[in-house]
Amino acid sequence: MSLMPSIINGASMGAIYGLIAMGLTLIFGTMRVTNFAHGAMLMLAMISAYSIWAVTGINPYLLIIIIGPLMFVLGYCTQMFLIRPVLRAESDKNDPIGVLLLTAGFSIVLENLALMIFGADYRMAQTSFSNTVFTFGNSSLSAPRLFGLIITLGVSALLWVFLQRTEPGRQLRATGQDRNTAALMGINSEQTFAVAFGISCALLAVAGLVLLPFYYVSPSVGGVFQTRAFIVVVLGGLGSVPGALVGGIIIGLIETIAAQFMTASVTSVLIYLVFLIVLFVKPSGLFGTKLD
Amino acid sequence: MSNHLLEIKGVHSGYGDVKVLHDINLYVEEGEILSVVGANGAGKTTLMRTISGQLPVTAGEILLHGTPVQHLPAHKIAAEGIIQVPEGRRLFPYMTVHENLLIGSTMKHVRADRQKNLEYIYNLLPRLKERETQMANTLSGGEQQMLAIGRALMENPKILMLDEPSLGLSPLLVGTVFDLIKTISAAGTTVLLVEQNVKQALKISQRTYVLENGVVAMEGPSSELIDDPYVKKAFLGL
Ligand SMILES: Nc1ncnc2c1ncn2[C@@H]1O[C@H](COP(=O)(O)OP(=O)(O)OP(=O)(O)O)[C@@H](O)[C@H]1O
Ligand SMILES: [Mg+2]
Repeated sequence: MSLMPSIINGASMGAIYGLIAMGLTLIFGTMRVTNFAHGAMLMLAMISAYSIWAVTGINPYLLIIIIGPLMFVLGYCTQMFLIRPVLRAESDKNDPIGVLLLTAGFSIVLENLALMIFGADYRMAQTSFSNTVFTFGNSSLSAPRLFGLIITLGVSALLWVFLQRTEPGRQLRATGQDRNTAALMGINSEQTFAVAFGISCALLAVAGLVLLPFYYVSPSVGGVFQTRAFIVVVLGGLGSVPGALVGGIIIGLIETIAAQFMTASVTSVLIYLVFLIVLFVKPSGLFGTKLD
Repeated sequence: MSNHLLEIKGVHSGYGDVKVLHDINLYVEEGEILSVVGANGAGKTTLMRTISGQLPVTAGEILLHGTPVQHLPAHKIAAEGIIQVPEGRRLFPYMTVHENLLIGSTMKHVRADRQKNLEYIYNLLPRLKERETQMANTLSGGEQQMLAIGRALMENPKILMLDEPSLGLSPLLVGTVFDLIKTISAAGTTVLLVEQNVKQALKISQRTYVLENGVVAMEGPSSELIDDPYVKKAFLGL
């Protein structure tokens, strides 16, 4: 039996974990806020995309032109109207807990709204290519997973170029490294936070659409990914975008390859074991820098 | 209507319940080097941060060309051309020297001058050009101070406020930094210099304010203060 399919499948799932984690790490790295509504926002992207697909039958990947901007606006507004007032009120506190509670509460609201409107059912977008399989030699690869891997890696590269090479990307990094000094350069940190939040949610749109053709959608779908994303973010190094991708792929690979040799519960243990070993050897994570 | 570049009238400020500055009156004239000196904890940094909009003014006003600016947030104060080089440099540690300079020209109205300013700064501080691609957190203290000043110059300051630029530098480098300040001033930039190195500050500036426990204790032409018996005893160790 060839390992090739599980490597591709694992890398694909892992890259999606990585993409989701990148959104989380982008918000943390820029705002020092942990967004507990990240999974719920992924769920929102998936459910809205599923609903549009169910009505129109449009190729889910094309839906990015609708879901991407919508999620960006959702993220932007979440910072501007929900988080900003709380951040301002807590600006002189050393450990602001209010924002964490706010995002956790927001996640409950989103999940319950989804339950009311969408129902608790698990549904999957059976697209024309959902069951397509490519055969290479004696191994076969699922089409949506292969496409997912390519799209996810491409978007990660785009994010990297945006952060490293563009004016707004540089502003985002500067704000993350020292928001008070960034203000002395004329940078409006609250607006930069909103852009970071918007991009984070747009990444969730990509992740959601890539998952759509092969993953079940339900109001509770965010939970699994949020837990994975937290592990990946810490594993890769808080605030590190390349770390999130590498961390995600490592987790994805362990998950699928190990699944061939052991039961699922043992696989989870294995993931946490790797996680602990990495943190033991390098407490700041694989690509982590010291935060002050 | 005042004709001072910057005027601080009866300003009170501090950190929440901790009141630090009391009824500060101070003005900066176009083109001059003004220094503010004082011992540890006198309130010099608090004054800088208050002018920059990083701390709220609880009473009084701050006028730029006669227009009140004390209600503006920090990023808008910078947009007005009131530029601070903060105490301890505060570079963006995980960015290169070049990127730190680029960040200085983030604002739209200074973006057009980016290339011109870069050339000017690299020419003025060739050491930075050599280290262009090096991370800011790997620079020596002196290089970091040069970069912090260069980054501020990228913002086309109307008034450049330097908070203890000589802090932690060797006597030789202190001289270099003060020479740099003279050059910047000679090129036409107004400078507000905060220093604990009182001797050098008095030498380089035209006028000086002495802060003590959050109030202005003395003010006057630097050439007079340098001979003042109290200043000599308290700050110059004579
Ligand atoms: N974040 C803060 N919260 C509360 N009090 C503060 C804070 N920062 C400074 N202070 C207090 O304000 C007073 C003035 O401090 P400030 O930093 O302005 O002094 P300084 O003149 O700049 O001193 P130094 O020469 O040591 O830099 C001090 O008594 C200090 O304890
Ligand atoms: Mg100080």
